[in-house]
Amino acid sequence: MACQCSATGEFDLAPLMEILSEYKDNPKGALIPVLQKAQGVYGYLPKPVLETIARELRLTTAEVFGVVTFYAQFHLNPRGKHIIRVCQGTACHVRGGAKILEAVSEHLKVKPGETTRDLEFTLETVACLGACGLAPVMMVDDNTHGRLNPLDIPGILDSYLS
Amino acid sequence: MTKYARLASAADLRKVREGAKHKIVLRRYDRQPSDKKFQILVCGGTGCTSSGSKSVRAAFEESLKKHGLDHSCEVVTTGCHGFCELGPLVIVYPGGNFYVRVKAEDCEEIVTKTVMEGKLVERLLFQGRTGKTPRKTYKEMAFYSLQNRLVLRNCGRIDPEDIEEYIASGGYEGLAKALEMGPEKTLEEVKASGLRGRGGAGFPTGRKWEFTRMAEGSPKYMCCNADEGDPGAFMDRSVLEGDPHAVLEGMLIGAWAVGATEGYVYVRAEYPLAIHRLQVAMRQAEEMGLLGDNILGTDFCFHLKIKEGAGAFVCGEETALLQSIEGKRGMPRPRPPFPAQSGVWGKPTVLNNVETFANVARIITDGAAAYTSLGTEKSPGTKVFALTGKVTNTGLVEVPMGTSMRQIIFDIGAGIKGGKKFKAVQIGGPSGACLPESLLDSPVDYDSLTAAGAMMGSGGLVVVDEDTCMVDLARFFLTFTQAESCGKCTPCREGSKRMLEILERICDGRGKEGDIEELERLAHTMQQSALCALGQTAPNPVLSTLRFFRHEYEAHIHDKKCPAKACTNLMEYWIDPEKCIGCGMCARACPVNAISGEKRQPHVIDTKKCIKCGTCITKCKVQAVTRR
Repeated sequence: MACQCSATGEFDLAPLMEILSEYKDNPKGALIPVLQKAQGVYGYLPKPVLETIARELRLTTAEVFGVVTFYAQFHLNPRGKHIIRVCQGTACHVRGGAKILEAVSEHLKVKPGETTRDLEFTLETVACLGACGLAPVMMVDDNTHGRLNPLDIPGILDSYLS
Repeated sequence: MTKYARLASAADLRKVREGAKHKIVLRRYDRQPSDKKFQILVCGGTGCTSSGSKSVRAAFEESLKKHGLDHSCEVVTTGCHGFCELGPLVIVYPGGNFYVRVKAEDCEEIVTKTVMEGKLVERLLFQGRTGKTPRKTYKEMAFYSLQNRLVLRNCGRIDPEDIEEYIASGGYEGLAKALEMGPEKTLEEVKASGLRGRGGAGFPTGRKWEFTRMAEGSPKYMCCNADEGDPGAFMDRSVLEGDPHAVLEGMLIGAWAVGATEGYVYVRAEYPLAIHRLQVAMRQAEEMGLLGDNILGTDFCFHLKIKEGAGAFVCGEETALLQSIEGKRGMPRPRPPFPAQSGVWGKPTVLNNVETFANVARIITDGAAAYTSLGTEKSPGTKVFALTGKVTNTGLVEVPMGTSMRQIIFDIGAGIKGGKKFKAVQIGGPSGACLPESLLDSPVDYDSLTAAGAMMGSGGLVVVDEDTCMVDLARFFLTFTQAESCGKCTPCREGSKRMLEILERICDGRGKEGDIEELERLAHTMQQSALCALGQTAPNPVLSTLRFFRHEYEAHIHDKKCPAKACTNLMEYWIDPEKCIGCGMCARACPVNAISGEKRQPHVIDTKKCIKCGTCITKCKVQAVTRR
């Protein structure tokens, strides 16, 4: 995703205002969808974005912050170009999901929840991807990789590097 | 994009049905090829898509074009067949030849052999348990023939992105009939069917609807819980992906019965394909006048919106889900008031899960009597299970309530993978329990499971074999519930944390006298005092493993041994000198150079250096490396 910083180092809030305009007349229950769309544009939810959302939806910043930190989907820090989600669900657990996570962590030298220094990958775990028939599985962006073996990991991850 | 004409009456619906019959007629199983028309069905569920079904579809199209067959043979993308492990799945109609693990390179051969010459491609058939008995069709496979697919009837058989295929297979007939019957009679029929909520606790659906119908307040809401968060469960995802209209039709019938005019479907954001299919289905239903204002030309109006979850397991709990729909932190609140009185925005609200709604249309079209003829007296109908773990056939299994666990795991699932020994089956996700072999023959229905200290939950069945440590499995579930505890009530927030600490200690070999009793004390406190079902049921995996596998806990604590040899701190890797051929593969692969030995002589692992990564086991070709 393109960088949204303007030359002055401030966030370009125009895309956010466009998202918000859709909910202007009906702000009821709009907070979560707005946060989802804003994160879709900015990649994460920086402070100015949260403050603008709070102001426009007539909520306190604390309320917005409370919702953002409650749900696993929302992020307060920048994230990698590719998001890796290694499944740690039951079916994957009994078929070696932990070894897959270890292999990814080892290969990228990051722990779950962290982003690589070059901002290429963010490593996350997920409770279940619902692809249990293919366990163990992981998702890279929107692609599901199944029937994994720790030895497959370097090859798969390298294929995402441009 | 096809534009569908608006239907002004039930008669219009039936006209569309007649007109669309040709789309699915070839898939009637026994029909012989007559008019030289064919259909190739390619599974487009999440499992098969990740195994490459999109490139398979493209390869078929290219091959058909090359042979000039693109007019007589159609490629159809369907929803999930539930046998994801063998994907991508392909079925050729007429005849129903069932091919597994199809790759793009195989498509040309299927087209030239099966479509053009009517012959089978033997190597792509499902080979059966022994690998020696190829099965030609669905019906010859025990995995399917022993099932009774009502909820999944259309999954894998129709194109979920074409509303006409759903209508051609009898879709929206239940809605048309309900509109003719009137709301009261519709409600009576659902009550008479004895349908119980498939989301976990099994509350009678008809009664839930009746409470909402009688409640004061307007508008009323009909909501669908598609926040399928139990690890190991994917039946709701498959229904949404494979037959989204069945869920819409169930919601419409429910809305009509209770007098609801607004609704939400709350779907996890982790299911992008399910959300997409649902959006397509809603748009098509709106075009046809089956959703929105004046449905089928009547006064009945129902407006539906999708709400995407944002990643919080607790939102599967009904009061938390309603908070989340309103854009708040998804934290449960005490009941009463129940959602039937005060739900979304404080209005009367019905909340049912995906599978429950998918049952409704059938109850109306075939009548409550036909429905109660399946299943048991107190749990009528069928239940879809997601059978996973160390079982040979993993996938979605729909059977009448009351079927025994043994039939599901050993007949349909073909037993344990790799000739290992069955140890337990975990049912109901993090709220459920582990059942041992001695309970395999008891019937699976709501009440029998509760009696066994388990619960139906959403229907995840994870089979574990002798290699799984039950203490570690309990720890795994507690890790999950502890992380997902919303923190509102003390018993769940603190109780799950303390229980997890004890379990981690035991698995690490630091368990001490009194740990088991402390676990039981904490578990009972949580069961009795936590605010919502998440906290009340979180101790179930611990209590059930303590009940049936107490000796494993004791071995960890007293003997510092893990009987399953799974807990890293309580086992070591060892090379059997009798088996080792001294090839040196393990020594070269070892990341910490812990393995030494002369060429063609037995090797040894230095346990002080060993980090127990298990690489040597995967490298050894003669199975000389074991855990002990």
